[in-house]
Amino acid sequence: MSNSLKKRKAKDIIAAVFARSFLIFIIFLALLIIFGLFLKARPILSIVSLPELLFSSSWHPMKNEFGLFPFIIGTIEVTLLAMIIALPICMLTSIYLSEYAKRRFREISRFFIDILAGIPSVVYGLCGILVVVPFVEFTGELIGIQTTGYSLLAGGIVLAVMVIPFIVSISMEVLRMVPEPYRESALALGATRWETVKYVILKKARSGLIAATVLGFARAFGETMAVLMVVGNVAQVPKSVFDAAYPLPALIANNYGEVMSIPLYDAALMSAALILMLIVTIFSLTAHYALLKLGKTI
Amino acid sequence: MSRIKIKQLSISYGNHQVLKNVSLDIPDRQIIAVIGPSGCGKTTLLKSMNRLLDLNEDVAVKGEIFIDGENIYRPDIDVTALRKRVGFLPQHPYPLPMSIFDNVAFGPKIHGLDISSTPAVSGAQEETGKKEGMRRFVEHYLSLAGLWDEVKDRLHSPAAKLSIGQQQRLALARVLSIEPEIILADEPTSALDPISAKLVETQFKILKQDYTIIFVTHILRQAKRLADYIIFLYMGDLVEHATAGQFFSEPRDEKTRAYITGEIS
Amino acid sequence: MKKRKLEENIFKGLMIVSLLLVFAALAGIILVVAVKGLSSLNLSMIIETPKGGYYLGKEGGIANAIVGSLYLMAGATISAFIISLPAALALQKEYLSRRFADFTRLILDILWGTPSIVYGAFGFVIMVFLGMRASLLGGIVVLTLLIIPIMIRAMDEAIRLVPFELKEMAYALGTTRAETTLAVVLKQSLPGIFTAVILAFGRGIGDAASILFTAGYTDEIPTSLLDPVASLPLAVFFQIGTPVPEVQARAYAAALILLFIVMLINIIARLLGWRFAKNIVR
Repeated sequence: MSNSLKKRKAKDIIAAVFARSFLIFIIFLALLIIFGLFLKARPILSIVSLPELLFSSSWHPMKNEFGLFPFIIGTIEVTLLAMIIALPICMLTSIYLSEYAKRRFREISRFFIDILAGIPSVVYGLCGILVVVPFVEFTGELIGIQTTGYSLLAGGIVLAVMVIPFIVSISMEVLRMVPEPYRESALALGATRWETVKYVILKKARSGLIAATVLGFARAFGETMAVLMVVGNVAQVPKSVFDAAYPLPALIANNYGEVMSIPLYDAALMSAALILMLIVTIFSLTAHYALLKLGKTI
Repeated sequence: MSRIKIKQLSISYGNHQVLKNVSLDIPDRQIIAVIGPSGCGKTTLLKSMNRLLDLNEDVAVKGEIFIDGENIYRPDIDVTALRKRVGFLPQHPYPLPMSIFDNVAFGPKIHGLDISSTPAVSGAQEETGKKEGMRRFVEHYLSLAGLWDEVKDRLHSPAAKLSIGQQQRLALARVLSIEPEIILADEPTSALDPISAKLVETQFKILKQDYTIIFVTHILRQAKRLADYIIFLYMGDLVEHATAGQFFSEPRDEKTRAYITGEIS
Repeated sequence: MKKRKLEENIFKGLMIVSLLLVFAALAGIILVVAVKGLSSLNLSMIIETPKGGYYLGKEGGIANAIVGSLYLMAGATISAFIISLPAALALQKEYLSRRFADFTRLILDILWGTPSIVYGAFGFVIMVFLGMRASLLGGIVVLTLLIIPIMIRAMDEAIRLVPFELKEMAYALGTTRAETTLAVVLKQSLPGIFTAVILAFGRGIGDAASILFTAGYTDEIPTSLLDPVASLPLAVFFQIGTPVPEVQARAYAAALILLFIVMLINIIARLLGWRFAKNIVR
């Protein structure tokens, strides 16, 4: 083997080791986050049991009572509300852009949707305060409900607007993955566009659309700032959509500054972060396998 | 005397066996055509000869290929050096993402080839300097591929802007630039228009004085036009191999006869 | 037949309404921020730091937040790039078995989906462990971690678009993996890599939850890595809630600048991507 060749080989191997080690770092990082949060959260279980932590409604850190139930419920409700508002709009929009719109219009629309997706969450929050909160207050007055406007509903609306571009952009990609011959053969049979969508496209793309929805759900679940700014932040189980709620991410964000003064407060907040992380991980895994399945069926 | 000897070569992808126990000697300095219906293992046979198959996942190679008496599937063989000796011309040209000039200069540069000793430059370098040497080198191989006249005024524009026929001849120049002894070509004209295809074929006929050229084709007439020697594969089996004259005039195997007459394809 | 036509038209109508709603949301957000922001934006807003505390002070601007955000993102983008590029290149099949590459992509997807507040909390834990206080360095580290998965995944997508035949071409010339990667893969995927960096920057600069406890907030422009640092998203978040109109105006101005930067980035990512495409094989 010539000298220059040996040198090239050596360089190649060094480069490979170097590049791979960065990937190892990433995997290590993921484990470290989960493990670190777990270590920090564990002390909380010495004073409350796991069911108590998850299902008790009494949140009095000064008295060592750490029931996360109102926050968990708050997170689930605000996320569900957002998805109920967002999903029909997302599906209809992405079907229109993928199946009806001309290429040019689709590309221009995608550009605007990407911009909407890139808007920082504090800006969404700000617009929520300026527009959505007064709107909810006004609506509440109309139907005779006392509300400040800072409520589950306001959080749901803001969150819905935030996840719409995210879900639309994935769904559109999924729908475009359905090969053209499927459309042609349905249309050739005399089906209308909508029938083609309903009987062929949606069936073919189903697992992909589920993945898009799940990813949107995960994104909404962990969203902090925008929701925090409009949802009211009262530690209670909300009775109607006009009541204030207090989701987990908001709990962490609002209280982290003062954790040092109260014993075990940080462990309680870390367990909240761990819960968020685990749930979002489960969603990510679900979406991952749904997309794998999509790849196989198409 | 034959430099390439294939012994009991079997290749499979996962459970699917593509080549079954192929053994043959390949003659030197001729144009050899590998023919057969699609999916019969032609490209696999070709790519096995410079170990481009290694880039595929779950491919299993059994048997041996000797080039100049050396088994290229021995574990300690140096693949990069092997590929320098055995050039490869793909079906679709794919110019490298750089200028026309750099496409040709790239191979010698990475191999640290001493271009002053190449026939293209020989001796001229002392008088003219390294830069001029490389220019002559590039000119030589672009001419050899029959492309020089068309691109000499825009050597530094991106290769991606050439027509597809020009791109394929650029690919040929690039293969020649690393001074291989054997050239493998995978349906080298199938993506080209008839005129460009003709140009590539003409270059092959010129090049066979110095190189062994093995090409895959599914066009029987092209094999007839071009090849001195034919290898016929059918469903992974080596059915027959012979000189072109013998192969087409007096085929020994029933399948060969059927293939030549167009009964099977 | 009539019924089928009707169904078609109803759904088509609903789709157009949905699309209009989405566009209206975008237009509405831009309009609200522009109207509120432009009326509070002036030169002193951009070049002055707040005087007399950010909750109360009536004088001064948000220069601290603008400079702070740029510091944070310059640091985070550079360090994330240094980690992401080799990592994304290592995801090529020459370097990893498909199984391991798929597993790594799954991990990246999980990290990508992890809420930024979790990164913030995790970063805070690490900083407490190391005895660090909220600072520019802390913010840069957390933002780096936050944008790494975005960058790697986007780079990975770009790298995977390089036609396999093109790489095969280079290998057929006898190149090593590193040489093929440098000469062909990197060049071919350059626009995509550039877009990945820009998009990660855009995502990072707007994030508030991750730097809430790790970067802190201050009226000063930091002079060392260990000083706390202000940022645009937190400028919006902290100042919107005060009853003082002059302070609220700073929130609006910060939101406008933030929105402007993010939109600009989206446009640049698209337009500049094409200019790099000169040598690209399509």
